[in-house]
Amino acid sequence: MSKLPEIIRRHEDQIWSTWLKEVGNAVRRTDLMSDKEFQSQSRELLTSIAEGAESGDVAHLDGAAWSHARELLASISATRATQGFKPSETATFVLSLKHPFFQSIRKELGGSPDAMFDELWNATLMIDKLALMTADAFLITREQLIVRQQQEMMELSTPVVKLWEGILALPIIGTLDSARTQVIMENLLGAIVQTNSRVAIIDITGVPTVDTLVAQHLLKTVTAARLMGADCIISGVRPQIAQTIVHLGIDLGQIITKAKLSDAFALALQKSGRSVVRNNNGAAPVAAPKKFEMPRGE
Amino acid sequence: MERIPILRMGSFLLVTIQVDMHDRLALQLQDDLTQRIAEWGSTGVLIDISTLEIVDSFIGRMLANIAAMARVLDAETVVVGMQPAVAITLVELGMSLAGVRTALNVESGMELLYELRGNFRPEAEDEISQA
Repeated sequence: MSKLPEIIRRHEDQIWSTWLKEVGNAVRRTDLMSDKEFQSQSRELLTSIAEGAESGDVAHLDGAAWSHARELLASISATRATQGFKPSETATFVLSLKHPFFQSIRKELGGSPDAMFDELWNATLMIDKLALMTADAFLITREQLIVRQQQEMMELSTPVVKLWEGILALPIIGTLDSARTQVIMENLLGAIVQTNSRVAIIDITGVPTVDTLVAQHLLKTVTAARLMGADCIISGVRPQIAQTIVHLGIDLGQIITKAKLSDAFALALQKSGRSVVRNNNGAAPVAAPKKFEMPRGE
Repeated sequence: MERIPILRMGSFLLVTIQVDMHDRLALQLQDDLTQRIAEWGSTGVLIDISTLEIVDSFIGRMLANIAAMARVLDAETVVVGMQPAVAITLVELGMSLAGVRTALNVESGMELLYELRGNFRPEAEDEISQA
């Protein structure tokens, strides 16, 4: 039976004060957390560790006695992750417990090296596990943050705009993957039904690269729109992308492609039997745009 | 037995699918439609599937087949009002219905048929009765 719980209980105050000092020297971030908050947080954690150690099992921290300590560590990690602490700082915060623990153990069992070694090993095991738990919780919080941001980006980056009666445009910005294509396709097809549009322009000016997968996604979207009775025009094909498409041997089939959004819009107007006429009678003539001159360095 | 009604509008046929499409119904429609086209000498078929919410590969192939058969009988087929979900499903199933013409709704589908086939062909009826 380990003597560790007893030692912790007897020396709790001293362990706490040494720990505060240790953390203060190593990874104390006064810019991110106040002294008061930090003190109460560490005190609460130490108490929960003592509670857990009472169960006698210091090598396995998945028992019921440790649940309080586990929850506390997870929440500390999570808040620190959002506060902007580095993962190493959070882990060091827990690992700094070692020194005060070892000191207390030496004080108690200094006379018998064998017993002291056993307790040192127990304490090391326990604190290492605690530190690993902290790292896990830290990473999970970060991952959740990333997933949430990804979702937000996906929602933000697929707007369908109406250019004219019966003409929709979908400017795509960023790389196209399967998940995004699905969202884009659903948005576009939904908008086609809602606005009763016959022509949809997909503008890929903001798509950095077009590989076979992206091309396939585009083809799918265009085919689905065609099935619903709308024509699709792909615009914003940059010279490099045109080259890539040909080099990869991608067959865009009967899809109409245009270099610029304006070209596609002109075609869409033409398809719907409209034309743009410059109107000069009555209105003041439009002033010729001033020539823009590059500032010359003197 | 349950049947999908086929309405005659001049030289065009109008089919509105308003029930769940199952395989037998689809085959029945295929039969009836080819029969009608031949009988009435129709030059256009308009299939409205705006209330169709579920499709499988069979129904998709049936639509393509109907269009191909109508084409052989010298009639154009226009499928109108496909739901987004249905379109996505068909694309994911790899069916692009290449030979089928599409339109957003019945109105634009009719316009498309007129564009393709000009005006009504009232003499079609006479030809049939004379033969």
